[in-house]
Parts: sequence; structure tokens; C-alpha cells
Amino acid sequence: MASSSAPTPGEYIVHHLGHFNNTLHAQKDIVDFSIVNIDSLFYSIVLAALAGWLMLKAAKSIEAGKAPGRFVGAVESIVEFVHELARSIVHGDVSKIAPLALVSFVWIFLMNAMDLLPVDLLPGLGKLVGIEYMRVVPTADLNVPLAMSLVVLLTSIYYGIKIKSPGGFTKEIFVAPFGTSSNPVFAILLGIINFLMQMIEYVSKTVSLGLRLFGNMYAGELIFMLIALLGGAFAFSAAGFALGAGHFIAGLAWAIFHILIVTLQAFIFMMLTLVYIGQAHDAH
Amino acid sequence: MSNLALVAVAAGMIIALGALGACIGIGIMSGRYLEGAARQPELIPKLRSEMFLLAGLIDAPFIIGVGLAMLFVFGGLFGA
Repeated sequence: MASSSAPTPGEYIVHHLGHFNNTLHAQKDIVDFSIVNIDSLFYSIVLAALAGWLMLKAAKSIEAGKAPGRFVGAVESIVEFVHELARSIVHGDVSKIAPLALVSFVWIFLMNAMDLLPVDLLPGLGKLVGIEYMRVVPTADLNVPLAMSLVVLLTSIYYGIKIKSPGGFTKEIFVAPFGTSSNPVFAILLGIINFLMQMIEYVSKTVSLGLRLFGNMYAGELIFMLIALLGGAFAFSAAGFALGAGHFIAGLAWAIFHILIVTLQAFIFMMLTLVYIGQAHDAH
Repeated sequence: MSNLALVAVAAGMIIALGALGACIGIGIMSGRYLEGAARQPELIPKLRSEMFLLAGLIDAPFIIGVGLAMLFVFGGLFGA
């Protein structure tokens, strides 16, 4: 930040919202499938590997006839908690669904927790090795949460077809939620309305699941940046000690509040994953 | 007004109206939670976890709105 031309607050924010992608420039259009955000990919894959490694380490260090240590106990309680939730929400075989929920919880928690690192720490380090733009919170990149909610959508469709057979699943799309009629005209009319309602339900479920996570993390990240601007203004203008103190107090308060948001959003995503997959198990 | 000023007004309205709805929702729900907790204190642990989940769900549209408003303001989509 000690460059000769100090950026204005607007420039600082816009610069920090740029992704390190394959074009090396900030994205211009809203939708551009030729752009790959390398930073989101990198951090999400690293954190997925970290989550897998932690879980594997806990699983391997369990020994029969020995009291588990603190770390193993913590992992055990998370696994048990998610398993209980999965069993109470999904009425069916949860041997593959509970692990999916566990992965989404732990992985999203770790990705959200990247928000608690100082906003300029990793981008600043990246600048030292020549990476101009970088964002460290993968869930604050719209692509990542939407991709995850698409996976949840596909999983729920898969389970719907698997539990109810393709015929039952197709029938449900046309007879739920308003039922059908013995009169063929009304049956077709109700079928069209039911189909539209089902499509709206699927789309809104998927979009809201992804956007909820994205919105929370994006807004949280932006507020961290705005707080960082307080300290930046203090460093540049030396306008008074108050700005630096404000940075510290506001940053502390928001970081503590953000611990709640980080955990809550990971929990809600996991919960809704289970609820949506559970809906696919229940006949209307 | 220029386009940019309209974007600022729009972002303010998105956040303000969303906050209005979310606050009413959270207020009603917390009030009901307190009533329930006063009526049956032994249910507090169960009710509290449910309340946090619902708070997250009620917050969601507002937070989505804030995220989109921030995207409009800082994303440069309308020519910053």
C-alpha cells in the first residue's frame, strides 16, 4: 500500500474486488464463461484438501480402548451432529447423504473462515510475487456458491428419480402440489400449473441457496474492506488517532460478529442441503 | 440525475426496504421465541438452535439484496 500514488477509496475497493483470473484483467461482463477465476479455484481446492486431511487425520488417530484426544473428540462430535441431523431430516438411507452434508459444512466453514484473515494479507503477499488481483474468500465469488447449489439440485433430482423411479418422479412433477383431476381438460390445465410451480420451486431453491451464502460472504468481505479503509486513511493522511482506533474497534466487533455468520451460513447451507434432499425422499 | 446517482439511490432503496422487512421478521420471530421460552423454559436449547436457523433464513433475502446492491455500486456494471 506504500505506493507513490495512493488509491482513492473507490479504487481500493474495486481493486480488491478483482479476481486473479486467466485474462489477468478484471471481468468486464456479468456473464463470461471464458474467464476462470484461478484464485477461487486455488483456495477452494486447498481448503478442500485441508478439510479432507484433517478428517483423515482424526479418523486414523482413533484407537480402540483409548480415550480420544481433544481434536478427535471435536471431529467426532461434528460427525455425530451431522449424522443425527441427516437421520432426522432424510427418511431413508443416509450412508451417502450424511457425508455430503458433512463435506458441505466443513468445507464451507473453512472457505468462509478465510474472511477472518486480514483483507490485505494474502493479496499483499500475492502482489510481492506479481499477482495484481486476488480474492481469498472463495464463497464470496458468486460462481462457487452457485456451483455448490447446482450440485445440491442435481443430487436432489438424482435421489428423486432413484427413490420414486423415473415414472413416479415425472408424475410428481405434473401432479404436485395441486393434485390432478379426473376431467381430462382440468387434468391438463392442472398439469401445466403444477409443472410451472415445480420449476419455479426448483429454480428458486437453487438460486436462493447459492445467493444466500454469496450475499453473506460478499457483504461481509466488503465491510471488512471498508473497515480497512479507515486504517488506510489513518496511515495516509495521519488525520488523527481516532481513525486508527475506529479501525481497530470496528474491525474487532465485525470480526467477532462474523464468527457467528461464518458458522451459521455453513450450518444453514448444510441444513438446506439435507432438507432439499429429504424433500426428494418424501412423496407428496 | 446521472446514471451513477440513480444507482446509488437504487442501492440505498434495496438495502433500506430489505432491512425493513428483515427487521420486522426478526422482531416478530424473536418476540415469539421469548414468549415460548417464558412459557416452557425446558425447551430453550431446542428453540434457540431453531431460532438461529430461522434468523439466517429470514436474513437471507436482505443479505442477498445487500450483496447485489454492493455489486451494483462497486462492481462497475453501470460504469463507475
